[in-house]
Amino acid sequence: MSDSATNLEELKKLAPPVELQRAPVVEGNQGLGWLTDKLSVFAEGKTPKWWLALFLPAAFAGTVIFPICLFYQISVGVGAWGNNHPVMWGLDIVNFIWWVGVAHAGTLISALLFLTKQHWRTTIGRMAEAMTVFSVMMAGLYPAIHTGRPWFDWFMFPVPNSNALWPQFKSPLMWDVFAVNTYLVVSSLFWFMGMIPDFAVFRDRSTTRVRKAIFSFLAMGWTGSARQWHHYEKAYMVLCGLCTLLVFTVSSIVGLDFCTSQIAGWHATIFPLYFVIGAVFCGFGMMLVILIPLRKWCGLENVITMSHMDKVAKLALVAGLIIDYIYAMEFFIAWYSGDTYERWVFGHRIFGHTYIVLGWMLIGINVGVTQLLWFKKIRSNLLALFIIGVLINIGMWTERFVIVVGSLYQEFLPANWGKYMPTMWDIGLYIGTLGAFFMLYLLFVKFLPMIAISEVKGVMPAGDPHHPLGGAKKEDRA
Amino acid sequence: MSEKTIPSSKPYGLMAEFDTPGDLLRAAEKVRDAGYNRWDVFTPFPVHGMDKVMGLKNSLVGWVSLAGGAFMFLNVAFLIWFSNAFEYPLMVGGKPMFSAPMTFVPAYIMLIMGAAVGALIGMLGLNQLPRLHHPLLDHKRFALVSRDKFVMVIGAMDEKFCVTGTKELLESIGGANVEIVEDKE
Repeated sequence: MSDSATNLEELKKLAPPVELQRAPVVEGNQGLGWLTDKLSVFAEGKTPKWWLALFLPAAFAGTVIFPICLFYQISVGVGAWGNNHPVMWGLDIVNFIWWVGVAHAGTLISALLFLTKQHWRTTIGRMAEAMTVFSVMMAGLYPAIHTGRPWFDWFMFPVPNSNALWPQFKSPLMWDVFAVNTYLVVSSLFWFMGMIPDFAVFRDRSTTRVRKAIFSFLAMGWTGSARQWHHYEKAYMVLCGLCTLLVFTVSSIVGLDFCTSQIAGWHATIFPLYFVIGAVFCGFGMMLVILIPLRKWCGLENVITMSHMDKVAKLALVAGLIIDYIYAMEFFIAWYSGDTYERWVFGHRIFGHTYIVLGWMLIGINVGVTQLLWFKKIRSNLLALFIIGVLINIGMWTERFVIVVGSLYQEFLPANWGKYMPTMWDIGLYIGTLGAFFMLYLLFVKFLPMIAISEVKGVMPAGDPHHPLGGAKKEDRA
Repeated sequence: MSEKTIPSSKPYGLMAEFDTPGDLLRAAEKVRDAGYNRWDVFTPFPVHGMDKVMGLKNSLVGWVSLAGGAFMFLNVAFLIWFSNAFEYPLMVGGKPMFSAPMTFVPAYIMLIMGAAVGALIGMLGLNQLPRLHHPLLDHKRFALVSRDKFVMVIGAMDEKFCVTGTKELLESIGGANVEIVEDKE
């Protein structure tokens, strides 16, 4: 012990000055055992009141409002929604893109930041992945019911059938089917595989027979041997690489749905990039909304530190700035192209009449509010960050509305013009998906390992065999 | 399966505990140098440098994943040719019935799906998971591995294994609570 203590003192002398040192991933760390308790105690303890207070309304929306809206819409048809000529894509597609967007930041945090060896991601990666899985579920639902006759949805899959029907693979809408399904499967696999070692932690800590049986089943006999970790790490890295590809693919394909059409306001080559960055930006907003309350209520302030929040906010700022650049480019190209219809659509986004409020909300939030994240004072104020997170989500939702509806309601022939107003079924379904999302998320937080316990341990000084706290001796370093 | 009717128990190996990954890494070097082959370490997280000490070669998971990805990519490309150009030729916008660019996106997306499923199956298969029983999981102190203990097990199948000799070795390299693990089957 004294040996490692003197060793530590020497290491401190060699360390760079305080302002150049990296913020610790876990503050007030007291060893690996302490960390295990800290990270698993919430899932094992009594259900707190705040959890019930959030869960019950979410579950009401997710299990009552949601099925009622679905049932009515499916039995009556798409006419229950406000979609009508010329606005055939309404809230359903707006919400689809919005949910896919929320998913993207989760994958970006857990996969791309792993590949770039950002140790701080370990504490928030799992929560980000869960956000991805649940929001892709919500996203996938919208196009499925927007087909109008969801019982024929199997036509979209290449299943041999007696009608000799095959999907038309030249259409980006068809690619979407594959992209969203792949996204759901791959992000779920990634999420599940990451949890296997943590299921083993829960299994070994369980005190009741039922708990032990459930987590033994989920851990599948994981022992944590070096050979297992060896294959596991490889598989994890491969999955991270694949998920990173998906971050850039899925939203690009959603963007292609738009830009391969002829509609002014959609027909732009910037769309795939636009949608990817928009998705990531929106997802970071959602990450702020989820992390800020949970870190406090679950007692995880030492683990999801202010430095983590600062980094998420900075990433949101980066994504926001790219989005701002793309807005500027969109308007510039619309003007520069000299195309009358393009100019008309973009002019009407901010100087029109019907959806002008949304147009200015989009600019006010995504261009204006985002700039607040430049200031350290704002980034270290959790309430401000939470509000900015909510606003980013609203802003990005508005953006999708402006793109989808704003481009459709005044198309080429003035005789075709019309307006779009969502009906209560549109809004009810949105509330239902929000409820279902938060219900699933709260269940995840309460019952599953919400922080990647083994990953966090691996990046602790005590987990590094070449650090004095990890048992390294002087002769090892030399 | 005849063992099942007569409950028997044979030694599975000797288990020793260590407090830090650094201690474990040094111990592993010594066990390797002593000439043991059938031993493994059990840790709460992957310990860096252990692969090298144990002489583990590059994991095959990457190849399984590649196989899954390539399989799906080629299959989907074939499917698109078969369905849109061969079985029911479909003319869309005057474009060719079959061309590489239009095949690429769905085939690439399904490549990701195939590779991801391959990676998970490869990982589980190579680790022989899921498994219903493991002698170590019956051992009480082994539960600490997922918490903060680092355990080394030298298997009884090892040619050099001898209860007293191996125990002495494990104790001499700093292992605590050296105990025999029984395989109850």
